[in-house]
Amino acid sequence: MSHAAAVPAPTLATSGVAARAADLSRVYGEGETRVVALDSVSVEFGTGQFTAIMGPSGSGKSTLMHCMAGLDTISSGSARIGDVELAALGEKKLTQLRRDKIGFIFQAFNLLPTLTAAENITLPMDIAGRKPDPAWMNAVIETVGLSGRLAHRPGQLSGGQQQRVAVARALVARPEIIFADEPTGNLDSRSGAEILGFLQESVRAMGQTVVMVTHDPVAAGYADRVVFLADGRIVEELHRPTSDAVLDRMRRFDGRGRTQ
Amino acid sequence: MLRTAVRNLFAHKARLMMTVLAVLLGVAFVSGTLVFSDTVGNALKNASAKNLDDVAVSVQAESEPPKADDRRTTVLTDKTAAKVRAVPGVRAVRADITGDAVLAAKDGKPVGEAWQNLAANYQPGPDGKDGRYPLVRGRGPAAAGEIAMAEATARKAGYRIGDTVRFATNGPVLAKKLVGLVATDDPKVTAGGSLVLLDTATAQRLYLHPGQFDELVVSAAPGADEAALTREVRAAVPGKGATVTSGTALAEEQSVLLAEQNKALTSTLLTFAGIALFVGIFIIANTFTMLISQRRREIALLRAVGASRRQVVRSVLIEATLLGVVASVVGMGLGVGIATGIRAVLNANNAGLPDGPLVISPVTVLASLATGTVVTVLAAWLPSRRAAKIAPVEALSTVDTQAAPRSLVLRNIFGAVVGGAGVAVMFWASTLESSDDLPIAMLGSALTMIGVIVLAPLLSRPLVFLTGAVTGRLFGTVGKLAKENALRNPRRTAATGSALMIGLTLITGMTVVGHSAQSAVDRMTSTQLTADYQITTSTYSGLDPKLSAKTAQVPGVTAVAPLRNSAFLLGEDAVNLNGTDLRTIGRVTDLKVVQGSLGAVHGDAVALAKSVADKTGKHTGQSLDVSFFGDKKRHLTVAAVYEDNEIAGDALSDLPLVATPTERPKDDSLLVKTAHGASEATAAQLRAAFGDNPLVKVQDHEDLRRENAGQIGMLVNMVYGLLGMAVVIAVVGVINTLAMSVFERTREIGMLRAIGLARTGIKRMVRLESVVISLFGAVLGIGVGLFLSWAGGSMLASSWKLYETLLPWGRLALFVAIALAVGVLAAVWPARRAAKLNMLEAIGAQ
Repeated sequence: MSHAAAVPAPTLATSGVAARAADLSRVYGEGETRVVALDSVSVEFGTGQFTAIMGPSGSGKSTLMHCMAGLDTISSGSARIGDVELAALGEKKLTQLRRDKIGFIFQAFNLLPTLTAAENITLPMDIAGRKPDPAWMNAVIETVGLSGRLAHRPGQLSGGQQQRVAVARALVARPEIIFADEPTGNLDSRSGAEILGFLQESVRAMGQTVVMVTHDPVAAGYADRVVFLADGRIVEELHRPTSDAVLDRMRRFDGRGRTQ
Repeated sequence: MLRTAVRNLFAHKARLMMTVLAVLLGVAFVSGTLVFSDTVGNALKNASAKNLDDVAVSVQAESEPPKADDRRTTVLTDKTAAKVRAVPGVRAVRADITGDAVLAAKDGKPVGEAWQNLAANYQPGPDGKDGRYPLVRGRGPAAAGEIAMAEATARKAGYRIGDTVRFATNGPVLAKKLVGLVATDDPKVTAGGSLVLLDTATAQRLYLHPGQFDELVVSAAPGADEAALTREVRAAVPGKGATVTSGTALAEEQSVLLAEQNKALTSTLLTFAGIALFVGIFIIANTFTMLISQRRREIALLRAVGASRRQVVRSVLIEATLLGVVASVVGMGLGVGIATGIRAVLNANNAGLPDGPLVISPVTVLASLATGTVVTVLAAWLPSRRAAKIAPVEALSTVDTQAAPRSLVLRNIFGAVVGGAGVAVMFWASTLESSDDLPIAMLGSALTMIGVIVLAPLLSRPLVFLTGAVTGRLFGTVGKLAKENALRNPRRTAATGSALMIGLTLITGMTVVGHSAQSAVDRMTSTQLTADYQITTSTYSGLDPKLSAKTAQVPGVTAVAPLRNSAFLLGEDAVNLNGTDLRTIGRVTDLKVVQGSLGAVHGDAVALAKSVADKTGKHTGQSLDVSFFGDKKRHLTVAAVYEDNEIAGDALSDLPLVATPTERPKDDSLLVKTAHGASEATAAQLRAAFGDNPLVKVQDHEDLRRENAGQIGMLVNMVYGLLGMAVVIAVVGVINTLAMSVFERTREIGMLRAIGLARTGIKRMVRLESVVISLFGAVLGIGVGLFLSWAGGSMLASSWKLYETLLPWGRLALFVAIALAVGVLAAVWPARRAAKLNMLEAIGAQ
């Protein structure tokens, strides 16, 4: 791998689609306890785009992410990462797909407390038995500002630093898509802003594709596009949003929710 | 608080299963032992009482040592018997003769164990039958050429009525016709011995003298007073040479004897049950430590809403009590089952334990329940103290707090002091000269083991690192994760490993000592015994000196040396003296004379082993003032000194020196050297020279080796069996630890699955952690076991020159392999659980 390929030129406009849901439904339970978490959702996540999924609790935003990331099974419809249809994959292939093509950042407990920051970062590649590209790894580590902390264990890092390790881990394997589930939910606003900045930077500078679930309008303001979910359906979309615009939309959902 | 405790117990049913199992197994061992010994003790007591049922008075002759003709002399004669019969109130008198008789089976081999080959006289009553030995088939022996035997004995030997039976008492082989089979419930016979019956005159000719008996058994007429009868019988028999005992006193004596034997067995079993329970303590403590750390928030909340520290402690202890009681009750039940099972298994192997009702005494119930409960509460006590230290403020914190890892410094200091003391004591013990200092070695062993257990968290680091390096090399990231997990909580890993260590230390120690002892014996036969055969009798009754000459005439025999064991006191020390033929002794054993010459040994001149000479400071030419047993003072001189030799013993002399005026001389063993070495043909010829006597054992090196190996092997196997429970409990502990670890790491496992570790990878990770912990326990156990067996062995070697600690590499490798297998097996269930975790729930788990 050449260094030039490792850090592609910044691009904003994208043509490809990194992940796509078509008529995706997810139903839990049966009979009286039947809950439709996703109701025929169709959405595309463009390559090199930073998409935020928003919506009130129970809107299905986490379920959508879980289904798209191969963490949850789908009831009907289609979910694709690149050209791969997730519904057609068995347990083993799904695990491999997550390992090789997807990066994850969770709200908390992203890291193994027994491993150092560096080891945590390379964990998915170690599991796959692949060697990280050292130049790329350095670039990522420098970007998230962890250079001096690689030998530390998670217990010796602050919450913000831990989350930066998680971001680095997601980036270093150069996955086709990164899913982030409330990545700033446990952080103070300054650390949160840093993390969101890195994610935005990874999209702008490195051409990474990021899908983030959040309920924080400020976080959504870092995204290129915001998809709003309510009751398992996509109800609205915003491009190049500001946090104020997002907040404004959310108020309207809330209001509608109350009047209904 | 009781309600909280009960709720907690039920909330964690599944997680407490393994802990319950650990307590339960230990308690089952205890109650099983107690029920078994009570049941068997009771049955034996009943059986012996039944035997003595009809005995009002017993007159037992003190038999004098056999004189010139091998036969005993007693004071109980026909005349005495008649006098006793005439005592008013006597209904009947049995006049018994008892002796040993070794039967040759159809194939010529001796039947039954040597010390349980009984012979007795058949005493037909007016109806021609002996009520004590009911006939099953045929009739009682009535003439010199006839014999009867227990039905079981005949079955074992392959004899049928009409066959000619070959047997030996302690002289030549006898042949008699089998005329009857009898039933008997004599425990010696049911436990694998044999019984033959002869007519009274024949029995007297073989064992005593005509008209003499060993015992008169008096039964009383209805209404006769036992005490009065005893007095009158005493008046009727000679005052010297016979003991008169009332039936009641006899029963009392028997039951005391039985109780003592039973007690010895019971305390041995209870020792091992105690080890099993001790191992259980580690598992209980581990469980409560984990439960409390998982429940920190809950406990903090309790404290925040006003529960006192004491209440928190009490709640934990109540939980432990409930758990202990439940486990003990179930364990008690299992113990009763085990006791029943053991009896069945032992009887299937000819142990011949009498039948009887199952005895479950209140003491057994109380002891079992109390032991189980107390052990559980004690084990939970330290964790409960820790629970009390949880601050109420933790309930309010949003982040999950884990207890800060407590410092190991104090623990390590304590462990180093105790362990250091143990090791020092063991080094000291290894230099001790006498095996009487065994208690010191046991104290040292206990201290060493405790020290290592206390230091185990410290030791776990390097050892787990080492094993982890291997798993990491072999299994990559998953292996590394497993190692890190095992290192994460050193106390827990240490406690789990220690549980396994205890059993393995004892097993290793036993194995090494057994192996070394075996090698020492082998070395004795291979290096010191140059004879090809050793000839002895299975009853240790000795061989007629004439046979020595007869043996020398067997074709191919080049030398025969008899050995007659004797002993004298030299100052305070007992010295084993062997009388032998000094012209041939050098050909049957590798005797290295360092001073003087064997040729000078005759009369009062003896040869001494070098260690005896050194110890007493004697050398050739000096005189020895010794006393033989029986206070016979002798003045001996030292004619030669030889290198220590186990066959020659402490001292050698000419045959006349060891002769005693009262006893007919007997050779305890004959050592035979042949021209062409041992062969089946020579062995057959030698046996033929002894008239194919079933008493006589003709053994070559291989036979001797096998006989010793059998004895040592049986002892080692018995210890393996008894320690089995401790090992099983330790395995339960490994399962417990893994299950709890998996539960604690739910979120981590979910995250690992999400970022791409397959289910098989998760399983492997848990399995490797289990293997690492098991190997840690195995390395500790084998290491400590080796050290202790070395130190103990050095002590043993001071009195047993040939003993030298040797490592049974094959066995040790097997132990490591077993530890590996234990690790893999223990992980089966926890690994499956970990792999089955629902990923999404796991990630979101609190």
